[in-house]
Amino acid sequence: MEPLLAVAIGILFAAAIYMMLRRSIVKLVIGLMLLSNAANLLIFVSAGLTRGGPPLVPQGLDAPPAAVADPLPQALVLTAIVIAFGVLSFAVVLVRRAWEIVRADDLDRMRDTDT
Amino acid sequence: MNLQLALPILIPLLAGAVSLLFWRSRLMQRMIAVAGTGLLLVASVWLLASVSRGGILVLQVGNWPAPFGISLVADLLGAIMVVLTGIIGFAVALYSLATTGRGHEAYGYFPLMHLLLAGVAGAFLTGDIFNLYVWFEVMLVASFALLILGSEKAQMEGAIKYVTLNLLSSVIFLVAVGLLYGMVGTLNMADIARRLASLEDTGMVDVLAMMFMVAFGIKAAAFPLFFWLPASYHTPPVAVSALFAGLLTKVGVYALFRVFTLIFHHSPGYTHEILLWGAGLTMLSGVLGAAAQFEFRRILSFHIVSQIGYMILGLALFTPLAILGGVFYIAHHILVKTNLFLVSGIVHRLQGSYRLKRLGGLYRSHPWLAVLFLIPALSLAGMPPLSGFFAKFIVIRAGIEAEAYGVTAIALLVGLLTLYSMIKIWSEVFWKTAPDGDEADAQAAVGQRELWLMSLPAVGLALCTLLIGLNAGPLYALAEASAGELLAPERYIEAVLGPRGEGGP
Repeated sequence: MEPLLAVAIGILFAAAIYMMLRRSIVKLVIGLMLLSNAANLLIFVSAGLTRGGPPLVPQGLDAPPAAVADPLPQALVLTAIVIAFGVLSFAVVLVRRAWEIVRADDLDRMRDTDT
Repeated sequence: MNLQLALPILIPLLAGAVSLLFWRSRLMQRMIAVAGTGLLLVASVWLLASVSRGGILVLQVGNWPAPFGISLVADLLGAIMVVLTGIIGFAVALYSLATTGRGHEAYGYFPLMHLLLAGVAGAFLTGDIFNLYVWFEVMLVASFALLILGSEKAQMEGAIKYVTLNLLSSVIFLVAVGLLYGMVGTLNMADIARRLASLEDTGMVDVLAMMFMVAFGIKAAAFPLFFWLPASYHTPPVAVSALFAGLLTKVGVYALFRVFTLIFHHSPGYTHEILLWGAGLTMLSGVLGAAAQFEFRRILSFHIVSQIGYMILGLALFTPLAILGGVFYIAHHILVKTNLFLVSGIVHRLQGSYRLKRLGGLYRSHPWLAVLFLIPALSLAGMPPLSGFFAKFIVIRAGIEAEAYGVTAIALLVGLLTLYSMIKIWSEVFWKTAPDGDEADAQAAVGQRELWLMSLPAVGLALCTLLIGLNAGPLYALAEASAGELLAPERYIEAVLGPRGEGGP
């Protein structure tokens, strides 16, 4: 399972970078979306995929009876998804506003602030 | 419980929440802004006082013992940075009373400012690497929104570059955290440091070190990765520029200092060689960019880049004196750079432009403003007896002692070029005669009270610079103690994890 996911993550990263290197700002945002999803998936897989129960301790015991799944990557991914979602929604609004004001979808025409 | 450790984070969060409640009341938001940042300053000074007296303070949030819960840690570096956050926050809050338009305040300028300060303080105080990412994001989201307040064309273009590159760096940071967790199975920085020390697989550690270097290098605007900064920092309202210029890149520098002294210090030759080259090129490219510019805030933005090089140089040399110099430089730079942006805002208010060609004659009409500019400007260039002289002197002396002559020569040259571009601003803005005759009209448009409010924070920061310059002893001692702590990470690890190396206090 892990090699398969690793390949999928690699493809996602490649696609994200390809999209970000395009000139259109809409494609830039799509690239950012793919990028954050690739990162989230990578965190999820990083600690290894184990088949196990939820990390709950029954009453009266000190430790869970059987093997448990590592809950921490899931918690991290949950946080990262929420953050990525917030930031991406900002980016989408930004792109829309930028288009309204600059009237260009082409990054090459956004040169006013360059040196 | 060390509640005082949580105060610098809680106060701005709370102030932000309360000023959100007063969304429609401009007066209340302003009062909360001044009171909140003032309280933050007091709390941070208190924190620094306790840390310098009693050593590293640790708060295990929610009473979860160290490697499992999130720890808040204040060592001297963190505490110094939080105090600077408090100073800059307070100064900028006062300054924004005079400069922020009604439109900006109606769209949540002050709540965002509080949130930004909370994010910065949180990043300085957290002892958990994933938590560091979260605070980075809090800070970034607030800064994104502050950057586009006003929706001008240049702001949009600058924001797209700023947002993209900072998101990219966040993703690299996040991936590195994920891989690091997969390798050592912990997120507590002290615990990571302890476990990495006993790890044989150094190849992967080097890869991770490089990923962190790239991620924080983008945030700190180090050499090949700085282009977003001069493209965006001159676009927002000047109070926002000043806040960004003082704090945001320095969070990246702080993270570099933290990660490369605590976690990745086992094979310093490799990573610190790259940092050394990066530092030299950062200094050079920043100052050359500044020399080519003819817009007040754009020159200052490029100078942020060149100064970041000095701080990274301090880290890269990795001797006690160099780290001391790096910490000293950060402290000095935050005060000076914010002050320069504040002065540029006053100039803009008086003459209505940031373009050097359109400015002039201010020495004749406002000699005090010229002095107010000269103090931080000469300090930035490293003239004695101002704070920048000692900062540069320590770093350069450390470079000579470490026999890194090439980089030291660059550092000296960059000091000279900095002086050149500061003289350029001085002669264009203050010395030459004003380009057209409507100077008197512009002056009349600025109220006395407004001018006072704008000058007051600038005067305060200039006094800080003078104070450090004339009496460098206390800050030197603090930076020295902080360098001692950074170079002996065992103390940090022991403070967080307890003397046995496992379990909380």
